[in-house]
Amino acid sequence: MTASVFVRGATKTFGSFPALDNVSLDIEAGEFIVLLGPSGCGKTTLLSILGGFMAPSSGSILIGGKDMAGVAPAHRPTTTMFQDYALFPHMRLIDNVGFGLRMRGLGKSERDEKALAFLDLVGLKASAAKKPHELSGGQRQRVALARALAVDPDVLLLDEPLGALDLKLRRQMQDELKAIQKRVGTTFVHVTHDQEEAMAIADRIVVMNQGRIEDFGPPAEIYMRPKSLFSAGFMGEINLLPGRVLETAADGARIETATGPVALPLASFIREWPKVGDNVTICIRPEHITMATSASPIRLGEAVVTGSAFFGTHFRCHMAPSNASGLSLVAHMPQSANTAIGDRVELAVDPAALTVLPAA
Amino acid sequence: MTTTTLEDRERRKAWGFVAPALLWTLAFFVVPFVYMAALSLWSRQGRDIVHVWNLDNYLRFFSESALLRGLTNSLEITITVTILSVLLAYPLAWIIAERVPKRLQRMALILAILPFWTSYVVRSYSWLLVLSKGGVINQALMGIGLIAEPLEIASNRTATVIGFVHFFVMLLTLTIYSNLIQLSPNYRRAAADLGANAFQTFWHVILPLTLPGIMTGAFLTFVLCIGDYITPQILGGNNELVLPQIIMLQIGRRADFPMAAALSIILMLTVTAAYVLCARWLRIERA
Amino acid sequence: MRDIISKSFGWAYLIFIYGFIFLPVAVLVLFSFQDGRLPVPPFNGFSTQWYEAVFADRKLMAALGNSFLVATGSSILACLLGFLAAYALARYKLPGSALQRGLLIAPMTVSYLIIALGLLAVLNAMKIPLSLWTVGIGHVVINLPLCFAIIYASMGDHHINIERAARDLGANDLKVMALVTAPMLMPSILAAFFLSVTFSWDEFIIAFLLSRFDVTLPVEIWSMLRSGLNPKTNAIGSLVFLVSVAVLLVLELALFGRNRKT
Repeated sequence: MTASVFVRGATKTFGSFPALDNVSLDIEAGEFIVLLGPSGCGKTTLLSILGGFMAPSSGSILIGGKDMAGVAPAHRPTTTMFQDYALFPHMRLIDNVGFGLRMRGLGKSERDEKALAFLDLVGLKASAAKKPHELSGGQRQRVALARALAVDPDVLLLDEPLGALDLKLRRQMQDELKAIQKRVGTTFVHVTHDQEEAMAIADRIVVMNQGRIEDFGPPAEIYMRPKSLFSAGFMGEINLLPGRVLETAADGARIETATGPVALPLASFIREWPKVGDNVTICIRPEHITMATSASPIRLGEAVVTGSAFFGTHFRCHMAPSNASGLSLVAHMPQSANTAIGDRVELAVDPAALTVLPAA
Repeated sequence: MTTTTLEDRERRKAWGFVAPALLWTLAFFVVPFVYMAALSLWSRQGRDIVHVWNLDNYLRFFSESALLRGLTNSLEITITVTILSVLLAYPLAWIIAERVPKRLQRMALILAILPFWTSYVVRSYSWLLVLSKGGVINQALMGIGLIAEPLEIASNRTATVIGFVHFFVMLLTLTIYSNLIQLSPNYRRAAADLGANAFQTFWHVILPLTLPGIMTGAFLTFVLCIGDYITPQILGGNNELVLPQIIMLQIGRRADFPMAAALSIILMLTVTAAYVLCARWLRIERA
Repeated sequence: MRDIISKSFGWAYLIFIYGFIFLPVAVLVLFSFQDGRLPVPPFNGFSTQWYEAVFADRKLMAALGNSFLVATGSSILACLLGFLAAYALARYKLPGSALQRGLLIAPMTVSYLIIALGLLAVLNAMKIPLSLWTVGIGHVVINLPLCFAIIYASMGDHHINIERAARDLGANDLKVMALVTAPMLMPSILAAFFLSVTFSWDEFIIAFLLSRFDVTLPVEIWSMLRSGLNPKTNAIGSLVFLVSVAVLLVLELALFGRNRKT
C-alpha cells in the first residue's frame, strides 16, 4: 500500500528555537523522497512529526488525505525505521519482524509465515532464528527494514538508516533500498546528510536548512539548477562568482564579473529575471570549467594553476585568474590535461551549465 | 487543540504509572515520619499521649546524662568502627585488586564477603561463641597457658566494635575494590614513568583517586552502624547503651513514644550532620 | 629482598584478615555439630541432633515460611512499583520529576529503626493490628527505593528508540512494558528482586517492631538467643548460611554464564 503525504505550514519550536519553520511539502504516493541537510536543519524533526512522535506547534500533516493531528504513531499508516535500528535485543529475527503483526492480533503461524516472507525479501530468511546481536550492521539494517515493512505501511519513514554503515556497505545498501522500494511501492521518506546517498536513491530531494526548505526537486535538477546558494553548495563543490547585471536583452543578460563581462542566456536566471544593477552570484561547478577553445562562448580569461591533485577521474586544480587578484577557482581538468603548478591556461565555461542566483 | 490532548493523555498515563510508588512512599514513609516529628513535640502521661506542643523531650535529652550518654556512646563506637574498618579493608581490597591474579580476583572477593550471607542476628551471635568466657579465644589462651582466668571480652564495648568491624570490613572491601579496579593502570604507569616510587604513587595518585569511594563506603558504614540495635544489644552488654538501644527501651518497658520519637529525630539529625560534613566527597548519583 | 618482605607481609595480612572474617562463621558451623549442650570448646564429637531439633521446631519452621512469604511478596511488589515509577520518570516529562525521584529514594537515607518506629506509631494511632502484612508494608518501604534506583539507572536512553519502534508497530504502553522494556531490563530487574529478597530476608528491626504473633526468621532466632548459647541456634544459623551460599553460587553461575553469552 502507499499514500501521499501533504505537509501544510508545519512549524515546531523548542523554547524559542524554531526547529521547523512553516514548512509545506507535497509528496506523491509511491515516491522515494529524501530529506537532505546538515545536522540541526530540521529534517529529523520533520520526520518525527510525520511519524507522530512529536506534535507540530502549528500546521498540519495529511497522509492519504487524512489529517493526522492527535493520531498516535501506532495508528498512523506510517512506520519508522530508526537510526540505531531499535531491534528488540531479546527477540529472534522472526519475532522482531512479526512483532507488528502480533500487535495486530495475527495468529502465530500466520505471522511467522509473513515474517519469513519479509526476511526473505531482505535476504535473511536463513537467519530467522538468530538474535540481533549475532548480526552484522548491514544485516541489522535489513531486519529493521523488514520489520517496518511487515506491517504494510503506506509510508515508511527512514531516519538516517545507513548512517552507521561503512562507505562500501552504504553504497550497496542504497541500491538494495531503492530496489526494494520499487518493488513494494510504499512511499519512502528518508533522512540523510549525505548528498551522494540522496542523489543515489531519491526520486525527489528536499534540501533543508535552518528549519526551512531550500530546494525541492529531482536530483539532477537540484544539482544542475539549484534554487538557493545553500542548496548549490550543499549538493557538491561549487565556485561562486559575484557579479552585477550590466544590461538585459530579450534572450539574456550581460554581467560584469571580476574576470570580465560574461553574456548569459535567460535560462540561467533561476530565481528572478535580471534587472540592470542587480547584484548576483554566478554558480559554476568545477567540472563545468574547461580549457578554452576558439569555439568557447563564455571565457573566463587566463589563469595560473596554483595547486593540482589527481582524483582518479580528474585533476582537481586551484586556479588564480590573472585579471582578478584574490579570486581562486576550483576546476576539474581531464585526466589527460596534465596540468602542473605555474601553468597558464585559458578558461571557459559551458553557459548551459551555469546558474545565476541573487547575491547573498 | 487536538495535539495537546494527545500530550495530556500521555501525561495522565505517566502519572498513573508513577502514582502507586509515590503514594506508597507518602503513606508509609512521609506520613509516619511527619507524625513522628509531631510526636516528638508532644509528651506522655501514663499510657496516653498529651497533644500539647513543647520541647520537653529534647530538653530532657540534653539534661539527662543517661540519654545524652547514649548519643556519645553511639558516636564513639561508630567513629571507631568506621576508621578501623577502612584501615583493615583498604589493604585487603588493594591486595585483591593489585596482587591477586585477575582470574582469581572474583573468587577472592566472594570469599572475603561470604559471611555476609549468614543472618545478621546470627553473625553477632557467632562472635559471642568466639569471645564469651567459655568461648574459643579464652579456651585457646587458657589451653596454651597464657592466662589462668577467662578474660572478659564479650559484653562490652570491645565486643561491639569487633562485631561491627567484622561486618563493615566486608562491606568496605567490596566498595573499595570496585573503586580500585576502575582506575586505569596507566595512572600507575605514568606515575612510575615520572619517577614516583611505589609509596609515592600510592600516596599521591591512587589514594586521592579512591578517596570518593572510601568516603562513600565510610559514610554508609557510619549510617548503618549508628542506627543498629542488634550488634550492641547482643555483644555490648548493659553498661554502655547506644542510642538505638535507648530508643528501644523507651518503646518497650516505658511505652514513651514521644521520647522515642525525639531520640529518633536526634539520631537522624546526627546522620544528616555527618552527611553534610562529608558531602563534598560523596558521589551518590545516577551514573 | 624488599620484594620478599613485602610479599610475605602481604600473605601475613591476607591470612590474618581472612582468619578474622571466617573465624566466627567457622566456629558457628563447627559447633552446630556439637554433641552436647554448649556450642563452645571442647568439641565433644560429631552429631546432627541440633539440625534434627531445628527441623522439629514448628515455630522455627513457621518463621522460615513467614520469612519466605514476606521476602518474596514484598520484593515482587517493590519491583513492580519501582519498575512502573522508573518507566514513567525515565520515559515521560513530568513536572517535578527530580523531586519525585528524591522522594522515592529518600527512605534509603533513613535508618530502618526510624522507619519502623514511624510506621509503628502510625499503626498504633490508627489501631491497625500488627501482622505479617505490616511487616511486608515496612519491607516494601525499604526496598522500593532500591528497586527504583537500580531499574531507573538501567533505563538507558538507547532503549528509547526500541520502545518507540514497538509503539510505532502498534503496541500500547502495557504491551511495550511487558514485551519489550521488562525483557530488555530483565538482568537489572532480577538483580533488584534478589537484592530486595536478601534485605527483606535478613531484616530484623522492622520485622521485630511491626509483627505480633507470626514472626519472621530473624525475629524467631532473636527470641532463641534469650536462652543463651545454644547449638540449635548454631544449626539454624549454619543452615541459613549454607543455603544462601548455595543459592548465591547458582545465581552467580546462571547470571555470569548469561552475561558472557550476550
